[in-house]
Amino acid sequence: MSLFLRLLFRNKLAGFGAVVLGVIVVLALLTPFLPLHPPNETSTANRYLRPLSDGHLLGTDHLGRDLLSRLLWGTRLSLAVGFAAALIAGLVGAAIGVMAGYFGGRTDNVTMRGIDMLMAFPYILLALAIVAVLGPGLMNALIAVAVVNIPFFARNIRGVTVGIAHREFIDAARLAGMGHTRILLTEVVPNIVPVVVIAMSTTIGWMILETAGLSFLGLGSQPPQADLGSMLGEARSALITSPHTSIVPGVMILLIVMSVNLLGDGIRDALDPRLRSGALARPMAATRVDRAQVPPAKGDALLDIDALETQFQVGRRTYKAVNKVSLELKPGECLGLIGESGSGKSVTALSVMGLVASPPGVITGGAVRLEGQDLIGAPYELLRSLRGRRVAYIFQDPLSTLHPLYRIGDQLIEAIRVHDPVSRAAAHKRAVKLLEDVRIPNPAARINAFPHELSGGMRQRVGIAMALANDPDIIIADEPTTALDVTVQAQILALLDELRQRRGLAILFITHDFGVVGQLCDRVAVMYGGRIVETGPTQAVLDAPAHPYTRRLIACVPELGGGRRILAAIPGLPPAVDQLPEGCAFAPRCDKAQDACRRGEVTLDGTTRKVRCLFPEVAP
Amino acid sequence: MTLALKTTDLARTFDIGKRLIGPPRGQVHAVHPVSLEVAQGETLGIVGESGCGKSTLARMLVGLLPPSAGTIEIEGRALDRADPAAFGRLIQYVFQDPVSSLNPRKTIRQIMETPLRRLYGMRGRALDARIAELFDAVNLRPEFLDRYPHEFSGGQAQRIGIARALAASPRILILDEPVSALDVSVQAQVLNLLADLKAEFNLTYLFISHDLAVVEAVSDRIAVLYFGSVVETGPAEKVFASPRHPYTKLLADSAPVVGKPLGGASHGELPDPLNPPPGCAFASRCPRASDLCRAEVPALRRIEGDQFAACHHPREP
Repeated sequence: MSLFLRLLFRNKLAGFGAVVLGVIVVLALLTPFLPLHPPNETSTANRYLRPLSDGHLLGTDHLGRDLLSRLLWGTRLSLAVGFAAALIAGLVGAAIGVMAGYFGGRTDNVTMRGIDMLMAFPYILLALAIVAVLGPGLMNALIAVAVVNIPFFARNIRGVTVGIAHREFIDAARLAGMGHTRILLTEVVPNIVPVVVIAMSTTIGWMILETAGLSFLGLGSQPPQADLGSMLGEARSALITSPHTSIVPGVMILLIVMSVNLLGDGIRDALDPRLRSGALARPMAATRVDRAQVPPAKGDALLDIDALETQFQVGRRTYKAVNKVSLELKPGECLGLIGESGSGKSVTALSVMGLVASPPGVITGGAVRLEGQDLIGAPYELLRSLRGRRVAYIFQDPLSTLHPLYRIGDQLIEAIRVHDPVSRAAAHKRAVKLLEDVRIPNPAARINAFPHELSGGMRQRVGIAMALANDPDIIIADEPTTALDVTVQAQILALLDELRQRRGLAILFITHDFGVVGQLCDRVAVMYGGRIVETGPTQAVLDAPAHPYTRRLIACVPELGGGRRILAAIPGLPPAVDQLPEGCAFAPRCDKAQDACRRGEVTLDGTTRKVRCLFPEVAP
Repeated sequence: MTLALKTTDLARTFDIGKRLIGPPRGQVHAVHPVSLEVAQGETLGIVGESGCGKSTLARMLVGLLPPSAGTIEIEGRALDRADPAAFGRLIQYVFQDPVSSLNPRKTIRQIMETPLRRLYGMRGRALDARIAELFDAVNLRPEFLDRYPHEFSGGQAQRIGIARALAASPRILILDEPVSALDVSVQAQVLNLLADLKAEFNLTYLFISHDLAVVEAVSDRIAVLYFGSVVETGPAEKVFASPRHPYTKLLADSAPVVGKPLGGASHGELPDPLNPPPGCAFASRCPRASDLCRAEVPALRRIEGDQFAACHHPREP
């Protein structure tokens, strides 16, 4: 709760809205106890008194009634009606939406078509029709406004419920013997409450306006009862001669609706977990760089990652995702980067081209040199001209990297023309050739397909074609086959291997699968807790791993053909990179760990084979 | 040998393009009639690629999805209606994604209590004692009970999922890709835990996975699914070592193994489920396909010993 308030008030506008609304609500609540004129007391002698007149702070209306008193009583009424309407619409709408979304099928179809029919009427017409049937009066206006807004809630909540009803925990609840009613009440509803609150907070203002609208037309509160809409309606005739009678309720409506909407937006942002995690902050075009010194250039590798440090700074915590990682890539070489989730392998890859989202990512040290040119801290224009042209990426999930609304051909053509200003026709020809290169059957026809029309394997081929579009020197492949089936994985790996041989590509291949590394890579680097713990030629590392982590990780992976067996496991969990232990990060899980392992820094030693261990399995 | 689970011609079709009134626009046969027998205490591994119907099959077996045809027998008792509560005491399910299978707004204790209360009417001290016993069985600390699911790593969440499934005291556990979402070092922990639990509680497992090596390591028998049909069954040590169906052979060759050159076929995909080919679904990718394969669907038949394959031209060992 305090977190929620902190988030809410971090948004200044929402805080302002909360304060304004708070003052209005307090005033409305205190109205009966304030020393005011009775709101309905007429005094024809004092008609249309100007504001700040004696005894009437805001003046009087056409019957000489005190405007301040009427304003506060009216506000009280309008707020109450608005909140009540929102509550009714929210509850009824949510109930309909939850039912439709959970049961689906025919129930869903029939209810939602009914809701659609309600939505087909202009809302004010529908409200008028309801009031016409029920007769004028504040209560009936409230009912009309609530009914008119039910479809909004029902549709909104139905969408959310459909998403939840297919989650696995609902299945688990059914298997645990829960009936539909119980599942709805204890499993579904708690998960949609935030959505209902968000929807309500953003619509209360709208409902207050609608109620005022009906009262303005004389269908809401009946004379002499004051609400903001009827005050406006009564003042209409004197709009020119005594504008203050319209301005006073008008300004109040403006203040209420504005503050409610600002607060509602704030509540939405604070409650929505996606927005809370910083999705509202647009990431910078390139990762923020904040490094004390630049390591001196050395060597002539194609890509030289030198003591790279990337951190995520979230609040007071610092996650050292990449901790002094050094890697080299020569032309035509395939380097495997292997590690478990959270080991920092993907962040290393994304740091190369400054693609780590900032905030919260910061590159705090090291250098990444492409043929001697440092890319860390390079101007954005330079990075942009290199991204895709010299260094291209292939990502894990081709469905989320391809734009769902554009044909794959258009996306390929765009990728080509970003770096090479050729005509559309020429780019189209090249795109067909690219699809042919990645062995997509019938490329001339498939180029017009949308991503969803292709299978996972075909989509990943398009992803590879896109990476190849500008003939890059380096491809960084981040788990490109993890989402694919084994038979398709084999196809994609064979394709990558062939492209590498034919085009002389250097590949940085990120994976968690030793089998894949063994088949594809010349060299391998093993990461753990943000650092490289072992590196060397693939065959040598796999045959005789030097670091205990590498040895035991390999032992964990069952190999086909071994038959039924007990698998070796590593007890414990990988460390959290915001609280790395001193010394070796693997020491808490290592059976060879000694006191020396838990002190000071363990260095990465060796020449062609390097290992970060005081007691390696084999001499590196 | 007593049978723990027996399915006879279990099948499921889905309607595509449903209309408010009138017949649907098309039908997809997600699972073609499948007959399986699992003995008491056995682990049957089910492998197949995405879209082969393995999850649909699993959901029918636990009653989450009513079958279109066929029967399910658990320990000799027929369970055909989809009533998860009736199934729940006999057969339970462990989900693929450990975190999304736990309601984010409930504490672990509330999650663990549900099956005990609903299926067995347990209350009070007996309930607490049983939860403590289950948590001990899956090596979790009791103080975890008052936390919320998002506070757990994947491996811990999967243990909670297993403990919840065990709470129903089922005879059979369906494990649907229970370790796919986990890191390798944690995967081995969970697999070994499952092996221990099986011995301790005398359970029968159906282990579904796309990872051939994992399935081979934990199973007694393996069934290979392709395009909704069982194409091969046999003892775990034989199915991938000497596959009889060409598809099993392709799977075994595709699995990446250190020291083996890149293998598998260079192309080929699943047929369109809305427009399935006549005859064998694998024919278009099969090097041994003949005209017979393209015309007639092969039935699952005994090839040799306890190896069965649905193929007109099975491979020699």
